[in-house]
Amino acid sequence: MKRRGIKGALLYASLFACAVYFLAPLYVMVVASFKTLAEVRDSSIISLPTVWTIEPWIKAWSTACSGLECNGIRPYFIATFEIAVPAVALAVLLGALNGYAMAKWRSRAADLIFALILIGSFVPLQLYLIPLAVTLRELGIYGTSFGLVLIHTAYGIPLTTMLFRNFYVSLPDELMRAAIMDGAGFFKIFRSIVLPMSGSIAIVAVILVFSGIYNDFLFALTFGETGKRPIMAAVQNLVASSYGIKEHNVNIAAVMISALPTLLLFLATGKFFVRGLTQGAIKG
Amino acid sequence: MRIAGKRISANRAKSWLVLIPAVVVAFYFIWGFAAYTAYLSVSKSTFLPNHEFIGASNYRELFDDARWWVAYSNMFIFGGLYLAGCIALGVSLAILLDRLTRNESLFRTIYLYPMSLSLVVTGLAWQWILNPTIGIQKLVRGAGFEDFKFNWVVSPDHAIYTIAFAAIWHGTGLIMILFLAGIKSTDPEIWKATRIDRIPPWRVYFSIILPQLRATLLTAVMLLGFQVVRSFDVVVALTDGGPGYASDVPARYVFEYYFQRGRIGQGAAGAVVMVATMIAIVLPYLYFEIRRKEA
Repeated sequence: MKRRGIKGALLYASLFACAVYFLAPLYVMVVASFKTLAEVRDSSIISLPTVWTIEPWIKAWSTACSGLECNGIRPYFIATFEIAVPAVALAVLLGALNGYAMAKWRSRAADLIFALILIGSFVPLQLYLIPLAVTLRELGIYGTSFGLVLIHTAYGIPLTTMLFRNFYVSLPDELMRAAIMDGAGFFKIFRSIVLPMSGSIAIVAVILVFSGIYNDFLFALTFGETGKRPIMAAVQNLVASSYGIKEHNVNIAAVMISALPTLLLFLATGKFFVRGLTQGAIKG
Repeated sequence: MRIAGKRISANRAKSWLVLIPAVVVAFYFIWGFAAYTAYLSVSKSTFLPNHEFIGASNYRELFDDARWWVAYSNMFIFGGLYLAGCIALGVSLAILLDRLTRNESLFRTIYLYPMSLSLVVTGLAWQWILNPTIGIQKLVRGAGFEDFKFNWVVSPDHAIYTIAFAAIWHGTGLIMILFLAGIKSTDPEIWKATRIDRIPPWRVYFSIILPQLRATLLTAVMLLGFQVVRSFDVVVALTDGGPGYASDVPARYVFEYYFQRGRIGQGAAGAVVMVATMIAIVLPYLYFEIRRKEA
């Protein structure tokens, strides 16, 4: 009994020590974002603010300067959603249709296409940057948010197709056969049988693709529209730009704001998030 | 019967129609682009793509560039630390959580939440903590150890280690989850049997359970390995490859040669070498998988 007590204490001590490592960055950012600039410079990073102020958050949101623009990160934040929402919708819908066609109307060619896009989703994106730039220029959408929607849809499809295909493979074929006997066609089966059963995997796909697009940096940096760059490129630029005095507290508040959407999404939908990560990880 | 057959072929046609986006992505956005970049790597491209063939000279310039070798070897230093760190910490946490009877989901959330953040946020957060004049160095000096020095993030010899530090913070959760799922899927009978034989739990984990999770380990190594080759965001956010180019990595090198130096051909050569490196990582895995399936 006593031995178990000591072991239990050791177990919790280790767990707490690790928890400190994982929580420390979040903690120091939160406290710094509520300090005045003078206090950020003078106090230690772990001390609580003596005077709590939300000024840094307000400034980061609406008036902080990134380069020559001084509108805070709000325009970039909004632009990110304007890109992410249509791209998520398109990638998930097309992924569901592709997954359905591949899983339930199997052919050798479809399997080959699946293999080809799956392999492609591992490749470093640097391989695609120049051809993408050429393509976007040809289409006249280089450096526009529309171009980013196209990019994120195209490179979201491998992930969504993989998720839906692997999910649909496990649906019983008898359902399909019965529906065909009843005269239902390709789209009718999708709409009335397959789609209603796709709720959980659709949530997983939306969460995963949204986080990926929201957190994207490389495409945002390369193809973002001036003044409307996606959030990660904007916030990195805000912190790195060296005009005048560095307002650490404002910068950190900006980083916090940019981190909130996916963090809250994770906290709200933890189960689906984890499922998406492990499925995307193992099968992808 | 004939009607049914006709109907099925009509449906097949529709299934092809639906697959058009996937076909476009596969042959244009993925393989077509990869082939084009491969061609650019042997072309005379500078500020703009130029299709004149010049053979291997971009590769020669790449391999003659000391900077490239710093970036390339950094990838392995960073990669080794990142893999070792994520796997050691992830496996330990999975075991600890498996021992836990209560509060598992609380601790799991704490270890996992960094995964939901972007690598830019990760890099910027750690930049703040590691900054000598603001972060840990100042904290320890303030506590009375005035000679304490911890300036790795701005030190040419150590900056690459700080990148591994931040990336491990971000990536451990996923490895933990993978191994926790693996551990929980092993046969619970093991525990009954080993309790009777009075085998201590840590031995059960290390001698019986973990050896069963070879496939999980391999998945983890692959996943993390791909992350390493792709690493760009965390490097730009934390050190931007500096000081100088001491903590540069291939992904950042290629980006810089494409867009800031106007050396598209040489950048493309770097990208091709990145992919070749990746293939070299994957081939043993494929070999292992095929052999396992044959066995």
